[in-house]
Amino acid sequence: MNIVVCVKYVPDAQAERTFNASDNTTDRENVDGLLSELDEYAVEEALKIVEAGEGEVTVLTVGPDAAADAVKKALQMGAHKGVHVGDDAIHGSDAIATSLVLAEAIKKIGADSAVDLVVTGMASTDGTMGVVPAMVAERLGLPAVTFASELAVDGSTGGSVTIRRDGDASTQTITATLPALVSVTDQINEPRYPSFKGIMAAKKKPVERWTLADLGIDAAQVGLDAAWTKVDSFTARPPRAQGEIVADEGDGGRRLAAFLTERKFV
Amino acid sequence: MAEVLVLVDHVEGKVRKTTSELLTIARRLGEPSAVFVGTGFDAAKETLARFGAEKVYRVESPEVLGHLVVPQAELLAQLVSSTSPAAVLVPSSPEGKEIGARLAVKTESGLITDAVDVQAAGDGSGVTTTQSVFAGSYTVSATVTKGTPIVAVKPNSATPEESAGAAADEVVDFTPSDAAKGARITESKPKQATGRPELTEAAIVVSGGRGTGGDFSKVEDFADSLGAAVGASRAAVDAGWYPHTSQVGQTGKQVSPQLYVACGISGAIQHRAGMQTSKTIVAVNKDNEAPIFELVDFGVVGDLFTVLPQATEAITAAKD
Repeated sequence: MNIVVCVKYVPDAQAERTFNASDNTTDRENVDGLLSELDEYAVEEALKIVEAGEGEVTVLTVGPDAAADAVKKALQMGAHKGVHVGDDAIHGSDAIATSLVLAEAIKKIGADSAVDLVVTGMASTDGTMGVVPAMVAERLGLPAVTFASELAVDGSTGGSVTIRRDGDASTQTITATLPALVSVTDQINEPRYPSFKGIMAAKKKPVERWTLADLGIDAAQVGLDAAWTKVDSFTARPPRAQGEIVADEGDGGRRLAAFLTERKFV
Repeated sequence: MAEVLVLVDHVEGKVRKTTSELLTIARRLGEPSAVFVGTGFDAAKETLARFGAEKVYRVESPEVLGHLVVPQAELLAQLVSSTSPAAVLVPSSPEGKEIGARLAVKTESGLITDAVDVQAAGDGSGVTTTQSVFAGSYTVSATVTKGTPIVAVKPNSATPEESAGAAADEVVDFTPSDAAKGARITESKPKQATGRPELTEAAIVVSGGRGTGGDFSKVEDFADSLGAAVGASRAAVDAGWYPHTSQVGQTGKQVSPQLYVACGISGAIQHRAGMQTSKTIVAVNKDNEAPIFELVDFGVVGDLFTVLPQATEAITAAKD
C-alpha cells in the first residue's frame, strides 16, 4: 500500500494571527508555524494502515522553507519519506493553485510506484476552507470519501476504502474503489507523539525538495496573481465590550432569565 | 437578468431554511434558479416558489444522490455551461463545499467558502463576499476574479424574505459519468431526532462543557425552555459526553446565532473559533477568571446545576 499524506504548515492558532498589509495574504513570517493539528490525524491514520499490513507513507507539503518543520514532524511520527514543494512563485496561492501543485506532486510520487491512497486532514487550521482535498481528487480523477471518523482499507487488487461519516441527520457508511482520496476528522484516532527513537530515525529519512519546474508547472499558474479569488480588504473585529457579570448569590438564575427576557429571547 | 443557480438543500423534498436564505441572497444578484436533486419535488416546489425561484432545474435520479457529491458537481457544471449564470450559491456545509470545490476545478471558477454575506459588486459585475476568519478575529471582503463566482454561504447569513417566483420546473437531461460513481453510500442510519433545531441554523444555542461533569440534563432543560439547539465543547465531546456532531468550535461546527449560552465552558480559542460571531453571548461558569467572560454580554459566576434550573423555572413561568 503506497500512501501519500498531504500536510500543511500553518501559523499557530494559539498565537495572534493576522494578514500582510501589502498583499492581503496570511502572515506566515511573524507567527510561529507548525504542522496543522488536523493533519496529525491523517499522518496517524496512514501509519496505522501500513503498520497493519505493509507499505510506505510519503508525507507531502507545499509551502515556504519553514514548512520543512511540518514534514519533519510527520517523519518523526513514523512516515517513511518526505516531499517538500517550495518555490517563491507559490506565495499567495489560493486553494485552486495549491491543489494543482499537490496533484502534480502526487503524480510525480506515483511515477515510481502507483499511489493507492491519498490521506488528508479535514481542513487546515488557518484557511479552514476544507476544499483542497476535493480539488486534488477532482484533478487526479479520484473518488473522494471525506470526513472519515472510522476507516478500513482492503488493499487487495481492486481494493477499496470504507469509512464511517457522522452527519447531522444520519451516520453513513461510504465505500470507494482504490485509488482514492480520504479526508479524516479529529475523531478518527489519537495521534502519537514522536518517540526519541522516532526523532533520531527521522534525521536519516529522505526528504526531496521540488520546485515548480520539477513538476512541470508554469509559475504563472500559481501565486497571488493567478488566484481566482481576491481578498479586497481585511478588518480586525472590534473586541467585544464586556457586559455585566454577576456572582450567583442565590438569584443568579432569575437574573439570567431577567436578562434574556429584557433582550426579548423569552 | 442573468440567472443565479441555487443548489437546494433538502431531505425528501423538505427544504431546509438555508435554501430560503440562499434564494433571498440570489435575488440581489440576478434571477434565482433552484437546482433540485433527488425525490420529493412536489413537496419542495411551493417553498421554492415562495422564496422567489423563477426556475427549477431538477434531476430525480436516485443514482445521483447515492454517489455523493461528484454527480451533483457534474450536474452544476453542465448547468453553468448551458445557462452562464451570474453566480452559483451552495450551502457552506461539508457537502456543499465539496461540490463547490469540484465545480470550481471543472469550470475554472473562483470559489469562496464560509461567506456570511454576499452582495452584487459595486461595479455591477460579479459578487462581493464577507467572511469571518482566524477564529472570528478578522472580517474579510473578497471577490471572485475568474469564471463564474461559486459561493458557499453559511447558515443564518440572510433573513429569508418571501417573494413569489414562478418555479417553472425543467427536467434536466443528465447522466453522471462513470468516474462520478467511484464512491457510493452503502448504508445510512438516520439519527434519532431530538426535536431540537439544527445546531448551525438555530437562533439560540445553549452549549455545555467540562463543567457539566457529563450531566447535560440541566443544559438540555434550559435549552428546551428557550427552544434552543444544544451544543458541546470539545472537552465534553472528547470525554464522550455528547456526540461530535454537536461540537461547537474550530474542529466542529461554527455557529452564529442570535443568542449563545455557554455553560461550564472555559472559552479556549478552539471553542471561541466556533461561536465568537454570535450576536449576544451569555456564560455561566464557576470560575470567575474563565476567558469566556471576556466575550459575554451577560455572565453569571456560579454553579450551572443551581443557576440553570432556576433560570429554566423563571423562563417557563414567564411564558405561561
